[in-house]
Amino acid sequence: MSIMNAPAPMACPACAVVPSAERLAALAAPRPARLMLSLPTVHCAACMTTVEGGLEALAGVTSARVNLTLRRVSVEATQDVTADRLIAALSRLGYEAHELDAGLLSATETDRQGQDLLMRLGVAGFAMMNVMLLSVAVWSGAEDATRQMFHWISAMIALPTVAFAGQPFFRSAWASLRAGRLGMDVPISLALILASGMSLFETLMGGRHAYFDAAVSLTFFLLAGRYLDHRTRAVARSAAEELAALEVPRASVLRDGIETVVPLGEVMAGDLVRVRPGGRMPVDGVVLDGASEVDRSLLTGESLPAYAGPGSMVSAGEVNLTGPLTLRVIAAGRHSSLHRMADLVAVAESAKTRYTSLAERAARIYAPMVHILSGGAFVYWLWQTGGDVRFAINISAAVLIITCPCALGLAVPAVVTSASGKLFRKGLLIKHGTALERLAEIDTVVFDKTGTLTMGSPQPVDLHRHAPDVLAVAAGLAAASSHPLAMALAAQGIAPADVSDLREVPGFGVEGQWRGQTVRLGRADWVGTAALPMTATYLLLNGQSHGFGFTDRLRPGAEATVKALRAQSKHIVLLSGDATAAVAEMAGRLGITDWTAEALPAEKAARIAALTALGHKVLMVGDGLNDTAALVAAHVSISPASALDAARVASDIVLLGQDMAPIADAVRIAGQARRRIVENFGISALYNVVAVPLALAGFATPLAAALAMSLSSITVSINALRLR
Amino acid sequence: MDILAYLIPVSLLLGGIGLAAFFWMLRSRQYDDPQGDANRILKPDWEDHPKP
Repeated sequence: MSIMNAPAPMACPACAVVPSAERLAALAAPRPARLMLSLPTVHCAACMTTVEGGLEALAGVTSARVNLTLRRVSVEATQDVTADRLIAALSRLGYEAHELDAGLLSATETDRQGQDLLMRLGVAGFAMMNVMLLSVAVWSGAEDATRQMFHWISAMIALPTVAFAGQPFFRSAWASLRAGRLGMDVPISLALILASGMSLFETLMGGRHAYFDAAVSLTFFLLAGRYLDHRTRAVARSAAEELAALEVPRASVLRDGIETVVPLGEVMAGDLVRVRPGGRMPVDGVVLDGASEVDRSLLTGESLPAYAGPGSMVSAGEVNLTGPLTLRVIAAGRHSSLHRMADLVAVAESAKTRYTSLAERAARIYAPMVHILSGGAFVYWLWQTGGDVRFAINISAAVLIITCPCALGLAVPAVVTSASGKLFRKGLLIKHGTALERLAEIDTVVFDKTGTLTMGSPQPVDLHRHAPDVLAVAAGLAAASSHPLAMALAAQGIAPADVSDLREVPGFGVEGQWRGQTVRLGRADWVGTAALPMTATYLLLNGQSHGFGFTDRLRPGAEATVKALRAQSKHIVLLSGDATAAVAEMAGRLGITDWTAEALPAEKAARIAALTALGHKVLMVGDGLNDTAALVAAHVSISPASALDAARVASDIVLLGQDMAPIADAVRIAGQARRRIVENFGISALYNVVAVPLALAGFATPLAAALAMSLSSITVSINALRLR
Repeated sequence: MDILAYLIPVSLLLGGIGLAAFFWMLRSRQYDDPQGDANRILKPDWEDHPKP
């Protein structure tokens, strides 16, 4: 599949920055022949057959190939095939599909670094097996000429291998030395170079011991760890990029009365932008024309839609609900409020990297200790033997090999890979390297309400209180509107009354004729009644008004998650920007006693800072822009995939599915993973306690070194797999 | 022990073929979709006769 890695052609580097006529033309033209769709629900051989067969049956499609690992399909088609047609065809087959921005994904499509590591790993594995074969013969007693020949063959295999496969370690060791630090890779590189050099010298001199096998297997085990580490991060990165690629940032701009769709980066202050019902505001602006209602819940947490008419200010990220709006752009791109918030997050991101992982803390003790031990052994034996440099270097090389940091280099990545893989299958994406470790430490969980504990989709309550006539008329009116409350009402399965002359009044509601009288469904002031203290829509019928109250639907698994977290004796807090009544009702339903309503974004962050100051480690779960500061301030954070981009970027873990239940599992698995890591450090320390004195005393043989290294590597890997 | 003069090159050659095959697999992107390939063998298409 060499076509998979064809990079997006770019004429010059500046083309990415300067909006050119060609670029605009390219955007207006039909999409290129290569389309990429995300298929979140594809999972089996039958799915692949259905999807590929179904797509290839469409006119214009040349080939379709599903990638089950990444849950994507790449389609080759003629120019006139659009993603919408493919998505429609797939939804007829029963598969949910989303268009992906192929340009954003091309970077991950070819995982060059991973391929490079895998190739070095393959070379090291090949060399290890062959050298080990020869070494076994030497250990079982090959003498003189045979031993000498075996050593030479080993040298011929091992030296090029170490030179090639060890490069990642040499490079990073050199980088850390130049920065004046003593990283993990310094002792590793030293051990590799010293072991290979010393063994070559011994072979030249016809000596008994050569450590070629140790040098090669050390390279192999450490590369395996490095590859696992890379793999975990690559999976997280590609999934995170996929989330970003789902939102194709475009805006429709009115220029000289003509509407053109342009990339968001080309919209400037002063432009006129049109936003259709259901669309998200791409910019900050003031409404010039049109009337509608906007959903601000992602920004503020309010669950009630707000009215927007000429003169109202809207911010990027709000969702336009009912009528088309024309905005005059006040701020776009990096000046918009959305972007300013994201910048704030970028600053805080660096604070998060200040957390030192267990592996780093262990390396800080380990690296100097190994150098001291090995150097000490060299000096001691030099003095003891009266200047026998060859013997002294042999001892110090043996010490370096035996103390090989397999537990740090292999065991930590193995545990993290196994834990992240487990959580990924449950629908959680671990974005940050140390997120699991931080998650293991939490004792307090803070939830946001709208969009996090709830789905952000309303459900009517107490419908049975209304007369059948009232319900039927309401359903008849609701069917004509795309407002979320009306759609929820229409979806209740009530037989609608025959309402004629239906007319949607943007920003107010729907109006129609029923049995010769005018009926209305919409805002309280439009219907002529007082608003209820909850999310509601109102019906005007026979001069009487009827209020339909709505409550937000709980996210599936929310109750179970809160219960499970409480069973793990975590303190649970509800912080919401929504009105007191709605929050109190939700807290009561979930049994949360510690709750705050009408919290401003800064108050949320301040509350988390206060909890942290008291010594608590806080897990923040939130989705809105008003949560972003809190997500960043928390020890570790989770956001659902439906969250705003900025919130997703700020959080360490993304919940991919609708169900919330994996959160409690994640906390449990993180605790387990942390215990396994500590256990692995213990196991490898135990090996070192036994083997290092032997090496220091000069009793270590290549056989002992190989045994110690392989046994400790295998035990820690098996221990890593014990996660449940 | 003369047999070693044949056996060692033979074992190295066989290992080398394995390594070359691994390089080829890596280059031709056969590790891009391990899950998909594992499932593709279960597809009933072209079971009775090869793909034309």
